[in-house]
Amino acid sequence: MAKFLYIFLFGLIFGLGLIVAQMTNPAKVLAFLDVAGDWDPSLALVMASALLVLGVSQRLAHAADPAELGLEQSPCDNPKAAIDSRLLIGAAIFGIGWGLSGICPGPAIVGLSSGLPGSYVFAGAMFGGFFLFKLLHRGR
Amino acid sequence: MAEITVLSALAGGALIGAAAALLLLKQNRVAGISGIAAGILPPWNSESKWRLCFLLGLFLSAPLYRLAGLQIPIRIDTPLPLLAVAGLLVGYGTRLGGGCTSGHGVCGIARLSVRSSVATLVFMLTAGVSVYLVRHFLAVF
Repeated sequence: MAKFLYIFLFGLIFGLGLIVAQMTNPAKVLAFLDVAGDWDPSLALVMASALLVLGVSQRLAHAADPAELGLEQSPCDNPKAAIDSRLLIGAAIFGIGWGLSGICPGPAIVGLSSGLPGSYVFAGAMFGGFFLFKLLHRGR
Repeated sequence: MAEITVLSALAGGALIGAAAALLLLKQNRVAGISGIAAGILPPWNSESKWRLCFLLGLFLSAPLYRLAGLQIPIRIDTPLPLLAVAGLLVGYGTRLGGGCTSGHGVCGIARLSVRSSVATLVFMLTAGVSVYLVRHFLAVF
């Protein structure tokens, strides 16, 4: 049970990070993506800061115990896997949706308590998209 | 230029990075939110439970933040029908591409994955182009 409590807390910390960084404000995200308009580069700092903390943590853990970060046993896909059309098309489609809304999956979940109709419409449609993928790509 | 929120951006990013590091190093799981969220749909398996716990924490972060008396600014300008389309694209696209801003953009790049770096460049590019077209070309909203 302790494991699930920890994971719950990690989710909580992640969400607080999104809120503090204002990733949960679609207007702020769109201002970052709108390079040709009144550009707000803040969210580049969010990404840089997250990468720095995660990257340093990984290095420190790796130095302490190389086995702890064995990428072969890592739950994620092989980092040396080929760049295929699925990756490129999927990322392109995600980007279009992100650009239209200013909402990506994490903020969509955090937004479920906003009380705004738009938050619910987006999150509902996003889960519809997850489901659509399951239907179209059965067995993967 | 718009107001740059340096401190909150760095602090928020650090929290995101810390949460992702804890999940990876303590539980050997990647903090890719699209995969975690899609993973709670049936059919359920042994990975569903921890994903639900993570999402519960993610969801409750906002009420907790408000409970502390703090405001969460949220402004959505996109019309509802367009939000529905956008949500569908985000859901389908992140599954097809195997990740989103967190999975590819943070966790993937942090472990120097070429795939994730390419995916991040692609979705940043198409997101930027979409915003440009909608705001400056079509002037939809």
